[in-house]
Amino acid sequence: MSGDSAASAPGRSGAGRPVGRKAAGSRWGSLLEDGLLQGGVQGSPVIRLFMRWVRRPLLPVIRLWRRNIQLKVVATTLLMSLGVVLLLGFVVIGQVRNGLLEAKVKASQSQATGGFAVAKQMADEAAAGNGDDTSAGRPAPNVIAWMSNLVSSLSSGGQGAFDVVTLPAGGDSAGGRGPRASGFVDPSASVPEALRERVDSSTAAAQSYTRIVYYDGKESQPGLVIGKKVNDPNGNAYQLYYLFPLTQEEKSLSLVKTTLATAGLFVVVLLGAIAWLVVRQVVTPVRMAAGIAERLSAGRLQERMKVTGEDDIARLGEAFNKMAQNLQLKINQLEDLSRMQRRFVSDVSHELRTPLTTVRMAADVIHEAREDFDPVTARSAELLADQLDRFESLLADLLEISRFDAGAAALEAEPIDLRDVVRRVVTGAEPLAERKNTRIRVVGDHQPVVAEADARRVERILRNLVVNAVEHGEGKDVVVKLAAAGGAVAVAVRDYGVGLKPGEATRVFSRFWRADPARARTTGGTGLGLSIALEDARLHGGWLQAWGEPGGGSQFRLTLPRTADEPLRGSPIPLEPKDSRRNRGLDDAGLPRGEKSATVPAQPRGEQGSPLVPRSAIPARPAAAPTADPTALPGNGARVVARSGNGTLRQDAAPRRNTGGAGGAGGARPGGPGGPAAGEAGAAAPEQSGGEDRADRTVPSGRYEGAEGAPGAGGEGRAADTAGSERPDQRGEAFRGR
Amino acid sequence: MMSFMKGRVLVVDDDTALAEMLGIVLRGEGFEPSFVADGDKALAAFRETKPDLVLLDLMLPGRDGIEVCRLIRAESGVPIVMLTAKSDTVDVVVGLESGADDYIVKPFKPKELVARIRARLRRSEEPAPEQLAIGDLVIDVAGHSVKRDGQSIALTPLEFDLLVALARKPWQVFTREVLLEQVWGYRHAADTRLVNVHVQRLRSKVEKDPERPEIVVTVRGVGYKAGPS
Repeated sequence: MSGDSAASAPGRSGAGRPVGRKAAGSRWGSLLEDGLLQGGVQGSPVIRLFMRWVRRPLLPVIRLWRRNIQLKVVATTLLMSLGVVLLLGFVVIGQVRNGLLEAKVKASQSQATGGFAVAKQMADEAAAGNGDDTSAGRPAPNVIAWMSNLVSSLSSGGQGAFDVVTLPAGGDSAGGRGPRASGFVDPSASVPEALRERVDSSTAAAQSYTRIVYYDGKESQPGLVIGKKVNDPNGNAYQLYYLFPLTQEEKSLSLVKTTLATAGLFVVVLLGAIAWLVVRQVVTPVRMAAGIAERLSAGRLQERMKVTGEDDIARLGEAFNKMAQNLQLKINQLEDLSRMQRRFVSDVSHELRTPLTTVRMAADVIHEAREDFDPVTARSAELLADQLDRFESLLADLLEISRFDAGAAALEAEPIDLRDVVRRVVTGAEPLAERKNTRIRVVGDHQPVVAEADARRVERILRNLVVNAVEHGEGKDVVVKLAAAGGAVAVAVRDYGVGLKPGEATRVFSRFWRADPARARTTGGTGLGLSIALEDARLHGGWLQAWGEPGGGSQFRLTLPRTADEPLRGSPIPLEPKDSRRNRGLDDAGLPRGEKSATVPAQPRGEQGSPLVPRSAIPARPAAAPTADPTALPGNGARVVARSGNGTLRQDAAPRRNTGGAGGAGGARPGGPGGPAAGEAGAAAPEQSGGEDRADRTVPSGRYEGAEGAPGAGGEGRAADTAGSERPDQRGEAFRGR
Repeated sequence: MMSFMKGRVLVVDDDTALAEMLGIVLRGEGFEPSFVADGDKALAAFRETKPDLVLLDLMLPGRDGIEVCRLIRAESGVPIVMLTAKSDTVDVVVGLESGADDYIVKPFKPKELVARIRARLRRSEEPAPEQLAIGDLVIDVAGHSVKRDGQSIALTPLEFDLLVALARKPWQVFTREVLLEQVWGYRHAADTRLVNVHVQRLRSKVEKDPERPEIVVTVRGVGYKAGPS
């Protein structure tokens, strides 16, 4: 299962996410160093941090909202019914208020009209009396008394039902025509200013709603005020107001309001509860189905839904169960089949071994004695011995693959320094490299590159990659690069040979895949080496990926997590090397990249077979971190197997691409890859050029996240996934049509 | 004990062709092979021929190789080399724990087989009289005996070699690879499971409490060393 997670892990890797918990600290450290301390522009991370800080407490709520359909439905129902109830309430209250007020207003108006008539009549009577009794010039005392008398007589008709207020017209309070009011009403405060102006400006009656304010500490209350300009006995205008308290109406209205609000609240709550219940009825089976589907997909195939009744939910359950049953049946069938097949491969491999041992020994005895034979027989003896080697390694690889398929491969991880492994591998490949006139350089081995890994498997992977690179490197340099950053370590093997065709970088990992089926099988490989290497990498929870371009060589990168149980999020080495033709092509076009990239020699595009990079002129890597290149997706190109001109059968004496045989037997076999030169391990580590060293040492620990994360991640995921999806097929050809 | 490289080898294998081929190769190298094809008869053949080394196929009719190995080990410390078609950890460890000194995975080359046999048969011809102490054990190298408080402890030659290798340099930590080379005679990196299993077996014989070893001490991440004497 670790393989699957390894395959899917790259796709998930986010651009700016910290690599593991442990790496987070160093990441912030590097952020500080890179950005804040050096005054660089680091605005976006800060903003991102702030956003994250703001969002964090809300996240559980948001997640609950997104995940819980019941919550969603109930909340929506509540909101919508609340809206409806509010609307309804406003309409009803409006109508009730109108109805209540209309009657009151009419009654008040007739009362006021009557009052105004009485006031006019009394004024006329007083004026007539005045004209007889007194002479003009002393009207004031009379008017003052008359006014007070008028107010009290007018208001005496409706004690409590209404009050009467007189105010001077136009604010003129001279001549004793000050404000008067009955029933302790505060005249100026109770009559709104706007109404007084309206009353002043016309002779008709005007009305308005107001709050009636009292002097005697009585609480103010809402009221209707109707006013008119009338004349006093002297013919001077004054304002007469009738104030009708609306206390009763307001009481009725507030009763209606309370009732409505209570009813509305109940309705809303009940609707919410109903929605909750109804949704629950639907959601519960759906949730059950989801849970069971999850358990099914987790491998518990015997899980079934409980079916009750005959409704739609029950039908869903039945259909679901039927599906699960069919799935279980099919999966079991396939599992049986695959188990049988694996068992068969394993048995065949084991059964073949005893006779093969006899043949092997006989062949060796014959081979030893070949000098006594005639040339034809002697040559035959040689061929026999050589091909037996190949047969053996094929058998060993088959067995190893069957072990992976059966899930019987176990990881024996302990902290190892990858530099030791690389040294062993390089020393082991040295004889082959000499024959091919190739130099193997190791870069980045200045500090320990430690990871929890199975040394035997890692060595097998790297041996495979290095031997492949030497075999297909056309005599040009092979560069083995090590790096560690974050929670990952990586080893990349770069060659400058024929490279890979587009679209085939994932297929190199397919079993028995060959770039050219018609190719004479001259090299010693079994066709399983890279498949085994991929499985080995997966077993570690790591990645093994290929990049290549036609004529531009290829790079194979192994990335391993530093601790065995930590998922990978990125690799310290970009999959596409910086000296790839495309990267240098970008430089030619003047696109900004690493600052030193201008020194990289221009390379004509698409020129097949040009002497790509002279041994001495492999461009120094730019020290700057490469900017993320969205086009730099891995996974295009495939290994084109070299048609070596001198590919005689003698090549089989070269180190095999891998020794499948587990345990010490593989390593101890004379002629095995690790074998011949293992004793001199460490003696012949190739020297590097100083420039390269420096360039490599500047790989900062924080750099690869930004440099590789975003655009590379998807591509990496694809590369690994594709490789993974081709896993079940036994040979790559079967998928050619895709 | 043999003082020469050549010796009698008992081949326990039911595959007649392989047995015959083994015979050819062994004779060619100067050994004296004898054969038995059945697990049930293996012990009788062993008692009769008194070989210097046993080549034992794990898959046998009758008693299987593991059982035969256990029976032989119960009465003799003679080197046993297993022939096995399976190299999975479980198979190998079971074989080693039943008492085999070494194993070789089919298919193997004749030279490889002979090298293994020679390594097992190789004994220092005239061991100098040498007394070694490790923990509370006294080792008489020439006399091939290990004693605690005068009580001698029976070890197989391989276990004895392992103990002597550790005791000769008590200040040194031996990696498994170094032990493989010194005790088993492997020149290349080989299976470190061999070392682990045999150290366990050695401990079960010489330690007072194998759970808390004092004679053969594990140095985590490196290997083993002799305990303080």
